[in-house]
Amino acid sequence: MSANLSLTQLVAVPVAPLVGAIVAGLFGKQIGRANAHRITILGVAIAFVLSFMTLLSVNDGARFSGTVYEWMNAGGLKMEVGFLIDGLTAMMMCVVTFVSLMVHVYTIGYMKEDPGYQRFFSYISLFTFSMLMLVMSNNFLQLFFGWEAVGLVSYLLIGFWFKRPTAIFANLKAFLVNRVGDFGFILGIGLIATSAHTLNYGETFDFFKNNGALALATVPFTSWSLITATCICLFIGAMGKSAQFPLHVWLPDSMEGPTPISALIHAATMVTAGIFMVTRMSPLFELSDTALSFVLVIGSITALFMGFLGIIQNDIKRVVAYSTLSQLGYMTVALGLSAYPVAVFHLMTHAFFKALLFLAAGSTIMGMHHDQDIRNMGGLRKYMPITYWTSLIGSLALIGTPFFAGFYSKDSIIDAAYASHLYGAGFAQFSVTAGVFVTAFYSFRMFFLVFHGKERFHHKPFPPEIDGPEPALEEDGAHGHGDHGHAATHASHAAHAHDDHVHGAHGHDDHGHGDHTPHESPWVVTGPLIALAFPSAVIGFFTIAPMLYGKFFADSIFVNNEAHPAMEELAKEFNEKGGAVGMGLHAFASLPFLLALAGVVLSYVMYIVKPSLSDTAAKIFAPVIKVLENKYYLDWFNENVLAAGARLLGRGLWKGGDLGLIDGLFVNGSARLVGAIAGVVRLVQTGHLYWYALVMILGVFGLLTWQLGPYLQSVVLGIAH
Amino acid sequence: MNIGDVSLAHYLTLGGMLFALSVVGIFLNRRNLIVLLMAIELMLLAVNMNFVAFSHYLPLAQDRMAGQVFVFFILTVAAAESAIGLAILVVLFRNRATIAADELDVLKG
Repeated sequence: MSANLSLTQLVAVPVAPLVGAIVAGLFGKQIGRANAHRITILGVAIAFVLSFMTLLSVNDGARFSGTVYEWMNAGGLKMEVGFLIDGLTAMMMCVVTFVSLMVHVYTIGYMKEDPGYQRFFSYISLFTFSMLMLVMSNNFLQLFFGWEAVGLVSYLLIGFWFKRPTAIFANLKAFLVNRVGDFGFILGIGLIATSAHTLNYGETFDFFKNNGALALATVPFTSWSLITATCICLFIGAMGKSAQFPLHVWLPDSMEGPTPISALIHAATMVTAGIFMVTRMSPLFELSDTALSFVLVIGSITALFMGFLGIIQNDIKRVVAYSTLSQLGYMTVALGLSAYPVAVFHLMTHAFFKALLFLAAGSTIMGMHHDQDIRNMGGLRKYMPITYWTSLIGSLALIGTPFFAGFYSKDSIIDAAYASHLYGAGFAQFSVTAGVFVTAFYSFRMFFLVFHGKERFHHKPFPPEIDGPEPALEEDGAHGHGDHGHAATHASHAAHAHDDHVHGAHGHDDHGHGDHTPHESPWVVTGPLIALAFPSAVIGFFTIAPMLYGKFFADSIFVNNEAHPAMEELAKEFNEKGGAVGMGLHAFASLPFLLALAGVVLSYVMYIVKPSLSDTAAKIFAPVIKVLENKYYLDWFNENVLAAGARLLGRGLWKGGDLGLIDGLFVNGSARLVGAIAGVVRLVQTGHLYWYALVMILGVFGLLTWQLGPYLQSVVLGIAH
Repeated sequence: MNIGDVSLAHYLTLGGMLFALSVVGIFLNRRNLIVLLMAIELMLLAVNMNFVAFSHYLPLAQDRMAGQVFVFFILTVAAAESAIGLAILVVLFRNRATIAADELDVLKG
């Protein structure tokens, strides 16, 4: 049963995409566009096949844990590159490489005309490498390396169109917000390194498990519980990476990047790194109820309130982005409930259907000639049938329709919330239940606006505005629409201001820019959609039993069932209902299903049957919508309080500390002091010869008096006698 | 008082007076560097006076030459020094058009 995993095979998994990234990145010009995508896709395909083989042997009981390379050994603290392969890792490897592979293929179509084609492939392969290093790690150092590397690639890709100011703003924002999270993360790692004196996962867990007294230990010089502080610090890292409230602000802005990476990085994989990390650390989090409650409350806030924001968005990518935030909140809730397998399960199903939704959104954007405003769409079903059906599957999975992938994971989270008695569980129950309705409403609002209803793309009720310089690619002539010598050039450029990219369809389609008839995307785009639609539909049904209630995660996730019975009760309930089929059938009468149905029906009524209703609703809820449009004023708060405060503090330290104290007092002050003393002393130096002579003679006189004084005194006294 | 009454103390007092005169001559002199050189010469003569006086009063006759030999050396060196000093003064005068000690204060801080 327990076949051993070969180290070569494991090393090849991250290295294959790395090689692709290096070749495409450094030699992109030499090898050309087609070879760049061939080599990177080959690398990722190798990684996927090997990951899948690893998953199969892990399923048969094979495990690997060991060091590949020891980097350094500092004061007994080993810094190593190592792999820990168990159920959790193998599953993550497969999800990452599969979605990455799909996105690679999709990119061929999506980025066809982009001058940064090779660079893009290099980045996404580099991302795949980093993410694999992150999930395969067996120690905190490598975890942190992967963590920062995916952050770097995310930064590079959000700012992929680096001549667009909004993209630069967005990638800087993402980078800075992630720094806040990473600061907490590295503090957490530091606490572990100082208390457990190791960076290895297994050793750390053993240390905390076998040391009963540690439960009462405190962080030195404070009264905080060591384990709680460690867990909360680690979770702050997860909050940054997994975009949890209040560090979520970067994710919606990250939609400035090309759509394929929105699917890969900002929906399917990288943002789930935080969820993965907390799951990996389950033996630590299980020791601290306080930390779990913190996780639970943060997750609940994110799950519900980010969903609300999705309702009022009009940019197709932003709707999906807010839905990602909300779903990440669901996963975090599951973590807080100690239902780690459920969180990872939702992570997996979400990776498939969210990547699908994003890629479908990208396909829609291509079909709409780079207009992302859903108010300008409508009736696309006729023109883009494959995109339509795959989007439908994705949306149904997202809202938790019974038997779809998202249903099994999301319903398990809701059930787990009701099974928990942790502080904050009541709020979580409310959030995740209400969230179902919200999710259904915004998902199908988007779906109906895009694919059903009137065809609004002929006249564009909401023409996009030019909000900055045109993307670089528009200027350097590499784009496809070479024959737009007609009068509408400017209008067409206006329509392109929000362009994600200039895609290949322009090169060959024969319609003018005045008519924006949508068209279905090429097969490299629809292929991945179909490939992702299958797991989005069925993967939950087939994997719920082994993943949640089987032995698959038994040795990678630790749950303290006595204190946190959510998983046990879920398993009991699951068996009572009669497995995955029974769970699906039971769901038709359950509250979450009814709420989801209500959400769909309401969106149907408001946007298809009677569109005037949405305007009426907008008028009634105007104040609420204003708050939502300003994203709860969090950006305002960040910019005007935190950023301004930091600038004020910085200015104060600069003026007071740097200019005043260091420059003024220490550097210039010491110079001035020397000057002042010298100013007095220099009066001695008259420059006159006789003055020096006098001083010399007085000096000799003084010296003689001092040396011979007592002798002369005795002589004088002797004479007197 | 005849010549036999002159004692060592008299000579030393004379030497001291000469020396004090020359010191006062150095730092009271504000005008002329030549006077300063002369004061230095005088200072050396005061020392010579002491040498001669002390050596004359040494107890052993064969020792009495020792101090007087020094006088010759000092006189030689003083002559050389004056020669160099005067040469420097000539050059200085050419450059600055003055040899007043008051005005030579380039080292003033």
